[in-house]
Amino acid sequence: MEDKKIYFDNNDTTPMVEPVFNAMKPYFMENFGNPASLHEYGLEAEEAVGKAREDIANLINATPEELIFTGGATEANNLALFGLARMAPEKKRHIITSKVEHHAILNTVKRLGKEGFKVTFLEVDREGFVDPDDLKKAITPETFLVTVVHGNHVVGTVQDLNALGQICRDSGVLFHTDAAQSFTKVPLNVKDTPIDLISLNSHKIHGPKGVGALYMRKGVKIGRLMEGGPQENNRRPGTENVPGIMGFAEAARIGIAQQEENNQHICKIRDRLLDRLLEIPHTHINGPQGDKRLSTNANITFLYIEGEAILMHLSMRGVFVSSGSACSSIALQPSNVLTAIGLKHEEAHGSIRFSFSKLNTEEEVDIAVGHMHAVVDQLRSMSAFIPEEHSEIEGKGTTFYKKKKDEF
Amino acid sequence: MAIKYSQTVIEHFTNPQNVGEIEDADATATEGSPACGDMLTFTLRVNPETHIIDDVRFRSYGCASNISTASMATVLAKGKTIEEVKHFNAKIVAEKLGGLPSTKMHCSVLAVNGLKAAIKQWEISQGLAEEEAIQCNEDTIKKLLKSVINPHTGKSIISSEMVSYIKVDGAKVFVEVNLGDTDEMYAENIREEVTETIESMKCVDEIIVRILDREKFELKNGENNNGE
Repeated sequence: MEDKKIYFDNNDTTPMVEPVFNAMKPYFMENFGNPASLHEYGLEAEEAVGKAREDIANLINATPEELIFTGGATEANNLALFGLARMAPEKKRHIITSKVEHHAILNTVKRLGKEGFKVTFLEVDREGFVDPDDLKKAITPETFLVTVVHGNHVVGTVQDLNALGQICRDSGVLFHTDAAQSFTKVPLNVKDTPIDLISLNSHKIHGPKGVGALYMRKGVKIGRLMEGGPQENNRRPGTENVPGIMGFAEAARIGIAQQEENNQHICKIRDRLLDRLLEIPHTHINGPQGDKRLSTNANITFLYIEGEAILMHLSMRGVFVSSGSACSSIALQPSNVLTAIGLKHEEAHGSIRFSFSKLNTEEEVDIAVGHMHAVVDQLRSMSAFIPEEHSEIEGKGTTFYKKKKDEF
Repeated sequence: MAIKYSQTVIEHFTNPQNVGEIEDADATATEGSPACGDMLTFTLRVNPETHIIDDVRFRSYGCASNISTASMATVLAKGKTIEEVKHFNAKIVAEKLGGLPSTKMHCSVLAVNGLKAAIKQWEISQGLAEEEAIQCNEDTIKKLLKSVINPHTGKSIISSEMVSYIKVDGAKVFVEVNLGDTDEMYAENIREEVTETIESMKCVDEIIVRILDREKFELKNGENNNGE
């Protein structure tokens, strides 16, 4: 067992880095003021938040007035969808989204569905891409909003925001994207991209948890989710999380400044891991390869064994990953993303996501690969899964259900 | 959500007992399905004079609790008579493991059912039991559904009175499940488990499972969430 922990779950959250922590520190005990107060402490805090807002806005080529701080990307997604739904005219009750969204979008549109909105879920291809033509066909005169995730949290697919956004723009429909995974990793410029709302978050870019932001193009109107004070331009009440916002801004500044070098470093690590692990028989990559994939994400299926067992074994060996298997999900269902890209049950059950940050090293990859070989060997040697009998994959055997039916 | 396992579960997971299969076994049974990612195959050697289980082994396709519960079930069964093992239940195995999270109770059910299925096979081979002719009626379905566990509570959907309606119409079965206070994210899992359980009946061609949330709003297949 290794003493050193290897953290390969950076699409889940990232460790905060020293400069970010340092940027936050003064705002806990010294500059503790409330930005709404009129005295000196208040003004200090207001100025600090203003500077943070300006900096983050600049990083995506937006103006500070277009940015609202929230308690994370989930809140930003909720604010965008519920906020827009509140303002939707009587005859505009149709929302379009994709089948590979994060639950912060998926469950929000489902809730709106229960409240009387029509919802269309766009299919994706085997690599997780939404076809812009499908979007074009799905838009009706009733459509008021399209929301499609930018970088996918499970299989790393980076959607073509320009193509999707232009279709929305041409149809006079608002376009929102959840950029929680892609921010600071994939260039994002609101002047060049036809996009109206973007959700951002901090803890996936080495910033603190519990803070995020919603970009809203000037002129877009949303209702409030909560009632309270006039903070955030009257759209998100509650005293600002000043230390969190300071950390978020610093993390974003560093992330954008280092975008190219970080991507180069992380891609190298990712591809080293992919190359080594795909040498194991009966494995395949999930999601696209190359520059249309998030640098931070690798997702591999190890057939004939189950993801939660793999994950637990790796965890005990000090390697931390995640799985899209049903057994590792609290709801006992495989990830909606893996189902949407067309994986068979057995492929989804054996899927493991390795996700990286700039803090990971090639040496860690080599150690993790060694552990992975051992774990796969151990679990396959005791597997009850007999490919010829149980596999649903063509050529490997008959469908389980069919077989089961015939048996009786 | 993080899953917290007891020390005993971890021990049986990292060092599972009685793994593999017995060559020329007296009985074999596979329980569960690869579709659910939860499957166990048991092989048995039974002394025909004493009815004592001399040896039992398992192979697993499943998660940590699938492996641990099977391992513990074999440890408990070895050296006992088949009559004693027939009194095993999921709760006993889970307790011996220092408890299981409620979402993992179905693993214990699977392990115990698998073991019992192997015993049944042995009894049939010895002429001590016959293949049961399954009656295609509401009572049979209710009996079968006792093994479906609500992952939210770790209890059977029958004992917790979640099944509000069962109807058999020829080869067509209709089941209505009320989620009540159970989180909707479990709807798809419960639907799958119910469907798969009823599918084992030869006489059934079509199964319709209707799932209602607290407000009696029907949750349609494929439209539900699956929290990660």
